Amino acid sequence: MSQPIIELKNVSLNYNDVRVLHNVDMEIEQGKFYTLLGPSGSGKSTILSLISGRLFPTEGDVFIDGKNVSNLPANKRQVNTVFQNYNLFPNMNVYENVAYGPNLKKLPKARVDELVKQMLSLVRLDEFIDREISELSGGQQQRVAIARALANEPKVLLLDEPLSALDYKLRKEMQYELREIQQRLGITFIFVTHDQEEALAMSDWIFVMQDGRIEQNGTPVDIYDEPINHFVADFIGEANIVDGVMKEDYLVNFAGKDFKNVDAGMRPNERVEVVIRPEDLDIVAPAKGKLQVTIDDQSFRGDFYEITAIDDYGNEWAVQETNPAKIGQRRGLNFDPEDIHIMRLAETEEEFDARIESYED
Amino acid sequence: MSAKKLFYTIPYAVWLALFVIVPLILLVFQALTNQSGHFTFDNFAAYLSSGTYLRMTINSVLYAFLITAITLLISYPTAYFLTQLKHHSFWILIIILPTWINLLLKAYAFIGLLSKDGTVNSFIQLLGAAPQQLLFTNASFILVSSYIEIPFMILPIYNALTEIDPNLIQASRDLGANSWTTLKKVIFPLSLSGVKTGIQAVFIPSLSLFMITRLIGGNRVITLGTAIEEHFLSTQNWHMGSTIGVVLVLAMFITMYLTRDNKKKGGRR
Repeated sequence: MSQPIIELKNVSLNYNDVRVLHNVDMEIEQGKFYTLLGPSGSGKSTILSLISGRLFPTEGDVFIDGKNVSNLPANKRQVNTVFQNYNLFPNMNVYENVAYGPNLKKLPKARVDELVKQMLSLVRLDEFIDREISELSGGQQQRVAIARALANEPKVLLLDEPLSALDYKLRKEMQYELREIQQRLGITFIFVTHDQEEALAMSDWIFVMQDGRIEQNGTPVDIYDEPINHFVADFIGEANIVDGVMKEDYLVNFAGKDFKNVDAGMRPNERVEVVIRPEDLDIVAPAKGKLQVTIDDQSFRGDFYEITAIDDYGNEWAVQETNPAKIGQRRGLNFDPEDIHIMRLAETEEEFDARIESYED
Repeated sequence: MSAKKLFYTIPYAVWLALFVIVPLILLVFQALTNQSGHFTFDNFAAYLSSGTYLRMTINSVLYAFLITAITLLISYPTAYFLTQLKHHSFWILIIILPTWINLLLKAYAFIGLLSKDGTVNSFIQLLGAAPQQLLFTNASFILVSSYIEIPFMILPIYNALTEIDPNLIQASRDLGANSWTTLKKVIFPLSLSGVKTGIQAVFIPSLSLFMITRLIGGNRVITLGTAIEEHFLSTQNWHMGSTIGVVLVLAMFITMYLTRDNKKKGGRR
């Protein structure tokens, strides 16, 4: 692996004597789309501020391009930020906003013009070059903010919940566009969001955060399929989480029965949590199901029905089905061994990775 | 607007009519008539053809300009500094406080400070130098006028500065600007409305100062304000006094026009 473009080494941050970030280690490689995902107050924006130079670590170091920048002010760092509420300069028009960074670098006028036009065409706002900021809609302002940050030709673009103020449809559109811009320019994006759907759709790599700690990092598929703990499983997508016992390798007991599964590396009879995603469950005839349940509730979600069923041990199961069910009916639930994911209680990310590696391949 | 809402405006409308509109009409009427009550432009002709009046006008504008410039130079950094303080609303109150004290009292206080046997001269003598003529000089006039006007300049600038979104400053830093460039390109342009209001609040009253010209300037500084007072109280030539009054009103409109808030429209680059 080549040298990471950004590296956080054991970074902690205190804010008014309260520790808001705990020993964060992070490596960001060139040219990928990263997402910091977590609920509000989890420290994701704080990490962005530490990278951009708005905040400085209490402990640990931040490296950009191998250089320790822990004490370097924001204006001396080769990263730029797209802010949540855009922060466009109201005293300048679109051109002047986008040209702000290039002009500060004292680039020749022709080059500045070229950069501004290039960036505005990238965000499809060529026509708006002479407009005042107050004349733009929220979505257009967001695009100008992206163009302004990119016009500085940063090595890394930081995006601090840039889409949260847009409506659903526009947000979807911008997700697609941002991803495309990132791939076209080939620079690193670090995207902050609390929207797990957004994170899964856009990212090459996700850092899931909670309470100032990174809970898990990995590709969207890894994090979705193999969440490390209750928090991650619950936060990313919908999950059925029930208590179980890992009797031996590849055999787990929950809801009163033994099931074959694909996890290993635990102590015999270790207490664990079992995760099965709602879309992995199928409703079948009672005799054909691995579990017998009673349909408790259902709601129509447009492209599927969200059905709640209760098994004989009182566990609730959320199921996503294209066909409706009858409330109160006895049905069976079916799933494959691969659909069962086991989480150990209080396992760290290193232990988790090591265990997975020990029996996979 | 409904009749009911109009009803509430009656007290102020009456007030406005009695003490603003009627006096203004009277002022214009006086300026356009002579001693015998005939309509004439002679007063304006006299004003424009007299070297004395024109010199007074230039004097007034020059002094008002100097006072405005000095207050601005002191007030902007002060206002900016205040916004950076923790308890800035407390400190702004401290700055406003002197404006509640009567102007005449403050003028007399300065006489006590600056006169031949005043505090400043005692101090100079203590250091072994000869006492200086401080009172009745142009410098003392400008000093005292600026002192009195400063709060009226600080307040609007301070308000404009506190309204600036601090995130914009972060954005400027993020894009590579140092604090000085940020001040120059973002903070100052965005506080310009406050600066303009401050200039209006200081320049216009400074044009017609007359009490300070007398008490502190000792009649060495003759401005339009002094001339008006002279015409109304000493020479009893109300027509000429009114003419100069009209000139001042015009000067006020010109200042308002020059410092208006011109909202930018698109299409400029």
